[in-house]
Amino acid sequence: MLEPVKTLGTRAERKRLLDVQGVKVAYGAIAALKGVSLSVGEGEVVALIGANGAGKTSTLRAVSGMLKPVGGSITLRGQDITGHKAHTLVPKGMAHAPEGRGIFPNLTVEENLKLGAFLRHDTDGIEADAEKSFTFFPVLKERRKQMAGTLSGGEQQMLAISRALMSRPQLLLLDEPSLGLAPQVTQTIFRILREVNAQGVSILLVEQNAHLALGLCHWAYVLETGEVVMNGTGAELLQSDDIRKAYLGE
Amino acid sequence: MLRSLTPVAIAIAVLALVQVLLNTFEMEFVSVLAMKVGISVILAVSLNIINGMTGQFSIGHAGFMAVGAYTASALTLTLADYRLSFLPPALSDQVYFVLALLVGGAAAALAGFLVGLPSLRLRGDYLAIVTLGFGEIIRVVVQNSPSLGGSLGLNNVPGYTTVAMVWFWAFVVVLLAFRLSQSPHGRALWAIREDEVAAEAMGVDTTGYKVRAFVVSSFFAGVAGGLFTHYLRIATPAKFDFMLSMEVVVMVVAGGLGSTTGAATAAIFLTLLPEGLRTLFRSVGPEDGSWADKVDQVRMPIYGLLLVIIMLTRPQGIFGRHEVWDRWLKPKKKPVPA
Repeated sequence: MLEPVKTLGTRAERKRLLDVQGVKVAYGAIAALKGVSLSVGEGEVVALIGANGAGKTSTLRAVSGMLKPVGGSITLRGQDITGHKAHTLVPKGMAHAPEGRGIFPNLTVEENLKLGAFLRHDTDGIEADAEKSFTFFPVLKERRKQMAGTLSGGEQQMLAISRALMSRPQLLLLDEPSLGLAPQVTQTIFRILREVNAQGVSILLVEQNAHLALGLCHWAYVLETGEVVMNGTGAELLQSDDIRKAYLGE
Repeated sequence: MLRSLTPVAIAIAVLALVQVLLNTFEMEFVSVLAMKVGISVILAVSLNIINGMTGQFSIGHAGFMAVGAYTASALTLTLADYRLSFLPPALSDQVYFVLALLVGGAAAALAGFLVGLPSLRLRGDYLAIVTLGFGEIIRVVVQNSPSLGGSLGLNNVPGYTTVAMVWFWAFVVVLLAFRLSQSPHGRALWAIREDEVAAEAMGVDTTGYKVRAFVVSSFFAGVAGGLFTHYLRIATPAKFDFMLSMEVVVMVVAGGLGSTTGAATAAIFLTLLPEGLRTLFRSVGPEDGSWADKVDQVRMPIYGLLLVIIMLTRPQGIFGRHEVWDRWLKPKKKPVPA
């Protein structure tokens, strides 16, 4: 079992980094999100759990600007970013590691990391941050001249996270980091996520593996068919009978 | 700045020397071939910037070429009556020619911007259809414009094109493609080619970069168009049909999408191929050379066959995304099937 995350005091005391109010997203006539509200405080890990098709990925994509919401508002550090394009949010401190890892398969590990720092121009800082990802994930250092597509699934996920961190985000959006990975690799990745968070990066995490996500997060939201049906601390939700039945298979 | 101009200065000197040699020894046939090949190189290398590096499949290169060709030809025809009195006539012509090529390129670049801005939001097949449509629209519009000569085209375009001029532009586009592929801009284009969503997540303004790549690519297509009509001495819409676009696409795909030297090599080879066939047919065919006359008819089936063979045996093209010398310089990197 993982050790708990750094405690941050009560939720009300934390400054809000991201605020999502009543966001609606539709794919054609089909409403994927029917007004989702959530927030991420500074330094928090917030988990978004729910079944397939509940709207977890849509929420993340709306936040990162890859989907244009049809209603509601999104603010980052008090600044309205509703409907802003994804690439304009990177300099504002947001990094998104998309679902299915989204690494560049025909570029080397190093080139992938450099692209993560695309908007930065401080060569020394970029080098240092690349070295930092190598200390998080030593296997990436061994493979740094290798095409990213030749990495294993776990290594690709490590690369996706490292690459997202290369832009020095304040808020890291992660979509299913455990998808298709062996339990041991998942454990490693979650251990690193905790370290990343301890260094001050807030994380909004979408995860199918409710157990892991609730164990890591400060606060969690449960999505069901495009709506938030429950929220609370990870520990509270782990205790809830509904959650245990629906998502933990007990 | 100085460092980047040195290769250009050397190229100009070398090309001037080559031109003097060609003129002194009156190598007409070699000159014609060299111009054809050079124009193909410009077309292939410029299309590779958008199709290869950025991974956006455009099949309307002939359309942008036509825009440049007609703009440049109309300009030189107008300027032919005026001379820069302080220069010898030949030099005055070349000054006008360079000016016309630049204006033609700029017109094509503008067309690229106007077509690219709305259509580069589209992906894959949709973009191909839009560019195809654009190419045909240009051809039909020109065909029906009396001021541009209709389907007869613009006649008496001055034959300003020289081997040195063609290869100077070929050199410029190759140099630019190299510098681009090694710059952060180039890396952004690679990222778009690999995974557009992820590129966007890295902070790459994907639409912006695609449009820029498209504009640069169209500019050189326009320049190539100007060189082409001033070599043919006529600008007719029939020359800029879909077949021409396809020929350039075949060069880029055969050479390896994303490889500048690959595109250039394929352009050289595929342009010389019909000439080689002509010689071959003349030696094996009947005395009267009737086979040799049919080379242009068998060229497209051969292109098609070549493309099928390459796609079956080496879908990434002959050089993949690598340059010709990568094999010797760097440890081999294995590309991964997408």
